[in-house]
Amino acid sequence: MQTQLNQILQEAKEQLEKAKNLAETDDVRIKVLGKKGQLTQILRGMGKLAPEEKKELGQAANKVRNEIEALLEEKMAQVKAAAKEAQFKLEKIDVTEPGRAMSLGVKHPITITIEEISQIFMSMGYSIAEGPQVESVFNAFDALNSPPNHPSRDLTDTFYITKDTVLRPHTSSVQIRTLLNQEPPIKVIAPGRCFRCDTPDATHSPMFHQVEGLIVDEGITMADLKGTLDSMAKQLFGSSTKTKFRPHHFPFTEPSAEMDVSCFKCGGKGCRICKGSGWIEILGCGMVHPKVLAVGGIDTEKYTGFAFGMGVERIAMLKYGVDDIRLFYENDMRFINQFK
Amino acid sequence: MLVPIEWLKDYTDVNVDIKEFCDRMIMSGSNLETCEHFCEEMENVVVGKIEKIEKHPDANKLVVCMINVGKEEPVQIVTGAPNVFEGAYVPVALHKSRIPGPLHGKEKEEGGTKITKNKLRGVESFGMLCSAGELGFDDKVVPVAHREGIWILEEEYPLGEDFAQALGLKQAVVDFEITPNRPDCLSMTGMAREAAATFGETLRYPDTACVSESEQKAEDFIQVEIKEPELCRRYAARIVTDVKIGQSPWWLQKRLMYAGMRPINNIVDITNFVMLEFGQPIHAFDIRQIADNRILVECAEEGETFTTLDGTERQLSKDMLLIKDGKRGVAIAGVMGGLNSEIEEDTTTILVESANFNGDSVRATSKNLGLRTEASSRFEKGIDPNLCQAAADRVCRLIEILGCGKVASGTVDVYPQEIKAPSVEVRVERINQVLGTQLPASQMIDIFEKLEMKVEGTGSVLKVTPPTVRQDMLEEVDFIEEVARMYGYDKLPVTLPKGNLESGKSRERGLVDLARDTLCAMGLNEVQTYSFVSPKGVDDIRIAEDSWERDFVKILNPLGEENSVMRTILTPNMLEVLGRNYSRNIEKVMAFEIGSTFSTNFIRPEDLPDEQMGLAIGLYGKDADFFLLKGIIEELFEHLGVKDVSFTSESEYGVYHPGRCARISVGDEELGIMGEIYPDVADKYGIGMRAYCCEMFFDSIVRHANIEKAYEPLPKYPATSRDIALLVDEEVQVGQIEAIIKEEAGAILEQVQLFDVYRGKQVTQGKKSAAFALTYRDKNKTLTDEEVAKVHNKVLDALKEKLNAVLREM
Repeated sequence: MQTQLNQILQEAKEQLEKAKNLAETDDVRIKVLGKKGQLTQILRGMGKLAPEEKKELGQAANKVRNEIEALLEEKMAQVKAAAKEAQFKLEKIDVTEPGRAMSLGVKHPITITIEEISQIFMSMGYSIAEGPQVESVFNAFDALNSPPNHPSRDLTDTFYITKDTVLRPHTSSVQIRTLLNQEPPIKVIAPGRCFRCDTPDATHSPMFHQVEGLIVDEGITMADLKGTLDSMAKQLFGSSTKTKFRPHHFPFTEPSAEMDVSCFKCGGKGCRICKGSGWIEILGCGMVHPKVLAVGGIDTEKYTGFAFGMGVERIAMLKYGVDDIRLFYENDMRFINQFK
Repeated sequence: MLVPIEWLKDYTDVNVDIKEFCDRMIMSGSNLETCEHFCEEMENVVVGKIEKIEKHPDANKLVVCMINVGKEEPVQIVTGAPNVFEGAYVPVALHKSRIPGPLHGKEKEEGGTKITKNKLRGVESFGMLCSAGELGFDDKVVPVAHREGIWILEEEYPLGEDFAQALGLKQAVVDFEITPNRPDCLSMTGMAREAAATFGETLRYPDTACVSESEQKAEDFIQVEIKEPELCRRYAARIVTDVKIGQSPWWLQKRLMYAGMRPINNIVDITNFVMLEFGQPIHAFDIRQIADNRILVECAEEGETFTTLDGTERQLSKDMLLIKDGKRGVAIAGVMGGLNSEIEEDTTTILVESANFNGDSVRATSKNLGLRTEASSRFEKGIDPNLCQAAADRVCRLIEILGCGKVASGTVDVYPQEIKAPSVEVRVERINQVLGTQLPASQMIDIFEKLEMKVEGTGSVLKVTPPTVRQDMLEEVDFIEEVARMYGYDKLPVTLPKGNLESGKSRERGLVDLARDTLCAMGLNEVQTYSFVSPKGVDDIRIAEDSWERDFVKILNPLGEENSVMRTILTPNMLEVLGRNYSRNIEKVMAFEIGSTFSTNFIRPEDLPDEQMGLAIGLYGKDADFFLLKGIIEELFEHLGVKDVSFTSESEYGVYHPGRCARISVGDEELGIMGEIYPDVADKYGIGMRAYCCEMFFDSIVRHANIEKAYEPLPKYPATSRDIALLVDEEVQVGQIEAIIKEEAGAILEQVQLFDVYRGKQVTQGKKSAAFALTYRDKNKTLTDEEVAKVHNKVLDALKEKLNAVLREM
């Protein structure tokens, strides 16, 4: 019997050594340890033996079984590893082949720029106000303290629908709507489309976008105007951006200013973008003229405010290096896809 | 406003370099356009005298000049200029010199043009005689005297001296942008006032006092009457006799040239010079032509004709102000003089007019005549009438200095109501409150005084009187601005507003943002197109003749027909975008636009037009079809919480394929329309493949949107699925089948989903097989097979009965 066991062990060893894959290894297991396997049959046959013999043989058989099981396990691990390796080799891919397209759409660069500016101001507590593109002459000019002969009112400058309605030439008209509809404290920005009689060329478009801002409260100062717009510029163009306020004139603000930012291309050294000056003009602003506040029935002794307006296309062109404003309205997908 | 620095120095000291001058002027409110340095690119150009001129042996149009340039040997130069003569003093560009250029008839070279000796038709030329243009002066400022040809100097200079040095040509000219509120700055004295205040220097007014007025009196020559005091606030006239018309001296010509004006003759140059000095236009009449020694300021007769200085006959109307003599018009007030009273070579006595005309009236006259002049544009902007006397006196003083006439004593000055500057009360505390500063009153007083304003009081309220030229200084806020700019915007503190408010945006705007995000997430690109369009767009997309899409809001003054009306719908623009991209070989486009559309307000036409938000989607290329578009729209509605949307066939709308178009609605309210673009329409826009579009009323979507989210517990009990394939007539719509399934199955039907539609061999012609997956589930218990079978059979029965739908073997 012992001889038989030894032979089974020996045979199993040899067969396992020869086995090349999972199936052949499993064949060995079935042949030896399966229901009708050699060892199984020996163990089954032990019932007839005397207890003494049973014990002795049982121990011997179990020893052989343990040994074979260990061998099987080892072999299994080997062939599985080999199989995996073979599979990996077979399944190797060329990772430099292109990925399958998962194209998300892209917002228009003007929208992206407006959203960026809006978010900066919303984080400072400004709400978004809106007004129509076709606007009354009152809201677009009269109420903004624009003199009756101001050149911006000319037919060569502003589009008219009737003598009393225009395509708004600036988003400043939303200031009037806001002042008429709200009590201070007022803190709004108004992004939107504007129109002027400019024939399209690389730097002019008869339609463009502005973001207007207005704050009216007790104790608002020109220093607050500087602080707010300086903070905006740093958030929009980078924290090292410097600002410069130059006196200017607008009918609806006094004192008025234009704000320059240090050139974000050259950092102020002077380059093509800033035309060598190191500064780029970015917006107009000023303290709201008391006559404008008065239109909204606001107590001009108690309240002061500031307002500003910036050209979105101009900012987008500077930020992204777009050299022709007409590209925004051609909507070539190759252009829009660049703003992913 | 061109400000030659050398000229400015006549009125105030400039003790800083040009860069600092510009920078500080900018910061005090004079915005810089450009700063030009003249004659920087000029080397080895000297003063020469033409000693001898001989004909060129081989060229008719050339002459050979021997030029004395202060050396022992004269220099031989060949020139083709017609105006050279022996004894003339001229600029000589020697061999190896550089001139600013451009050379006659050529483009300007960067850095100037090099001149070297060469041979002209076989004769050696050791340099070049230059014209003013070749030395860098714009043609419009070159003196009449040598406009054609070489610059002939009027005065003698040391021969061989550097030309720029001798004539003082190297100087900077600063061009300032003058805002409409500051017409006073359109003058040298105005700019000098700004510069003096900016740099703390004193302002020196021009010398206006004549020292030798003649015994003759102005009033013996002329009487003045103003019939329209509203339109002419003042008319001052002075008389100069024994006038000798001739060239102005170089210093005067130079001033004008650098300020952008062409020297003409002494009298005209003086009037221009004084206009630039004070901003006050001056006109000179030949007194021989003034009938009855009389000037009358009154309106023209309607239809009256008048020939202006430029030789053009013009038709006047009765609201145009005219300067008349005893018989006829002699000038259009503030616009242009008449040909009939022009100064001529032999003029001996002149009337110097220094008057103040109403800006609005001059603007209207100038506009209606289509005649804009230096004078009219100045009157339009508003001029201080108190300048008239000083300006007239200054003209006379210059005539005296130049020795080109005798000044008659006195002025005939009609000034019905003297204009005085208003005094304004300015509160020190208010200034600090607005600026965020803590400046003492003394500092503000100092600023006002630097600007030539008179200040009374030193306490909390200052009474400030500006000079009358400052017509923009009317109320307290105007003075706040003066303090701010003179103190320096850069010195104001930097703070943030103290109050805090919550930010927000309208529901509509929030939904627009959400729709944009959703559509982008589905792979669509956003486009933006013009709000104004061509009215032809609606023809191109086959909109019916009487349809609302044609009720355009029209622009009175459009740039062109293609931008002449406000868009009523977005579709034509979207198709243009698709067409443009297709023509540029873009294989696939998925795009959307959300933007305003406009329609006439028929109920209240006097109000603003109706402005509504529209949404358009456009697709073409791989995978694009009707159902991709529909899927996009459905997913969008899902995100916006628009429920119970139905799509119904539409075959009448011209834009779309009659078999592939659907109206989109919720209940009775139409949300929009979608479909495959009608082939002719696609052709019109140059889209060479099937394209798909939809146009929706975003405002209607907003009404039905609901973005409130609520959690629903996940199902605890299992679902049972039943797949069915139904054989139905081709005309039966999937929507009909689904509706019946939903209705019959009731609450336990969780979902019904079409997964296949089959037409072909296995199915009789005229029929189709539609396969659906039905999912049944009860929220509260596990459904038994019997319970499902009962409902499912009811569904099948109803389909059979209502649609004659036969269950096929799966």
